[in-house]
Amino acid sequence: MTTTTAAGQLESGAARSGVRAGFGHLMLAEWTKIRSVRSTAWTLILFVIITIGLTALFTWVTIANWTGLHAAPRDARALADPTSIIFGPSIYLGQLTICVLGVLLITTEYSTGVIRASLLAVPKRFPMLGAKIAVFAVLMTVLAEIVVFCSFFVGSAILHSRVSVSLSDSGVLRSTVGAGLYLTVFGLFAMAIGALVRHTAGAISIAIGVAFVLPILAGLLPDTSFFNHLVAYLPQQAGSVVYQVHPTGSQLLSAWEGFGVLCIWTALLLAIATYLLDRRDA
Amino acid sequence: MIEARDLSKRFGDTLAVDHLSFTVQPGRVTGFLGPNGAGKSTTMRMILGLDHPTGGTATINGKPYAQLTSPLRTVGALLEAKSVHTGRSARNHLMFLAQTQGLPSSRVDAMLDLVGLRDVAKKRAGAFSLGMGQRLGVAAALLGDPQVLLLDEPVNGLDPEGVLWIRNLMKHLASQGKTVLVSSHLMNEMAVTADHLIVIGRGKLLADAATADVIARGSGQSVRVRTPEPGRLTELVTAEGGKAVLADTPPGDGGSAAADEAPVLTVTGLPAARIGELAASASVVLHELTPQLASLEDAFLELTSDSLEFGHLDSAQLDSQPAQAADGGVR
Repeated sequence: MTTTTAAGQLESGAARSGVRAGFGHLMLAEWTKIRSVRSTAWTLILFVIITIGLTALFTWVTIANWTGLHAAPRDARALADPTSIIFGPSIYLGQLTICVLGVLLITTEYSTGVIRASLLAVPKRFPMLGAKIAVFAVLMTVLAEIVVFCSFFVGSAILHSRVSVSLSDSGVLRSTVGAGLYLTVFGLFAMAIGALVRHTAGAISIAIGVAFVLPILAGLLPDTSFFNHLVAYLPQQAGSVVYQVHPTGSQLLSAWEGFGVLCIWTALLLAIATYLLDRRDA
Repeated sequence: MIEARDLSKRFGDTLAVDHLSFTVQPGRVTGFLGPNGAGKSTTMRMILGLDHPTGGTATINGKPYAQLTSPLRTVGALLEAKSVHTGRSARNHLMFLAQTQGLPSSRVDAMLDLVGLRDVAKKRAGAFSLGMGQRLGVAAALLGDPQVLLLDEPVNGLDPEGVLWIRNLMKHLASQGKTVLVSSHLMNEMAVTADHLIVIGRGKLLADAATADVIARGSGQSVRVRTPEPGRLTELVTAEGGKAVLADTPPGDGGSAAADEAPVLTVTGLPAARIGELAASASVVLHELTPQLASLEDAFLELTSDSLEFGHLDSAQLDSQPAQAADGGVR
């Protein structure tokens, strides 16, 4: 702690030996940020437990209360569209944890002041946000695909005694892959809201509003062509088509069209967030 | 080298920084001085590209901050506001910063050693004391071995050992030919640290000169004279074009002989040697003859007296306030 040691280390020239930083370095830095806070681990553990757990719970409840094709509408649905039992409740609630993580990754930068350190290190706003988006997208794609496939195998194994469903059935593989992609993109959608709002509570409220409240409100709208189109293009409604074998909604959009609509919403919000990050004082 | 040209920042109706122009030269410690709310932090944030100027430009080595490639290798900054995630360890904080610049992890460990945080490197930064947090900030600032350093109130809240450490570090860095800009509202700290001063008040430049010049430009030199014959000495001094004022010093005022109750004169306009000669020629007895250096504090208060963010409170007002509060309590 004396100036003598300071002199020795300051002049070591170690800082000069590094290479010029590229986008890969920025992604590595964002990965360090993501993995070095506890909230990441907690939200992802909850995500795994909720998603796979709810699949197991709902498929088990279905089998345990099995009364036959004509007796219960749920049993009929299980026979007609088993993936809706496997993914319906689990993805719907599992996305909650991903929303929270997506929001936290950006709003905690503001609440703790790290955003200033981040922007001093990477003064160009677009690469900074871009690296964060890329790392979160890669992490989520890998993890969400693993989780939804686990979910599928757990669910189909429990259903097996009454209903047979396999990945080779029409639309099932697409639904399973789609469920993982939907969770990833919805996490990015929440991240964009976090970047726009910059406050944790506000951003989580809005993200949950879009994921949970809008679908309820949409159900109250009159059944006209105009409102059906409006509802079909909402982020959650459009995106959720991709993990349904037999879509429950108005079926105005095909699975990949719906997913595309969610991607466009997300890209739009991320573009606005990047523009505002550049314009606003940090 | 840091250059501000006509730099302005407006927050609503307030012009926080008002057409500020200055240059910070390498090889010396430049103090950035001003009362609270003078615009020091805002100016530094604009230099660092965190805030957008309403007008004018700020450049580092000729480039705006955002145009720097690997900025942490050019500029190191310690901001007054916290910029560390409370849940992240000190090492991971430095690590992600190093990774953005392509710096090796050995550099992170070297900085942790330098600031004495190696033993707590894996602890959450939220559990750090103020001094440890400040050391982590210094480690982050020095990470890229930058040529330019901006430190915003670096000694705030530090213990005497920490203050000395920062002071020596800044001097050492300047001696290596680096550009060091350090803001403070503590005049005494700047008097012993800074070679050059940039003084601002209400966002306007008040002085840009060597520290010694700023001090000399203040109230001017005065001489403290203790004599049993103040009347006669005052006549002599006045005849020579000087000015003598009787100081109402209480008996036994610190610094001079405690038992001496002779009156004290404050003489301005004449050097101590001339006052001594005058007294000797007229056989006036002197008990004390001390040249007084105007402190940086005096010079600073004089420079900023018109530009304080808060109205000036004289001692009479301060004395009356507790009394008023007490009255209010009774009613």
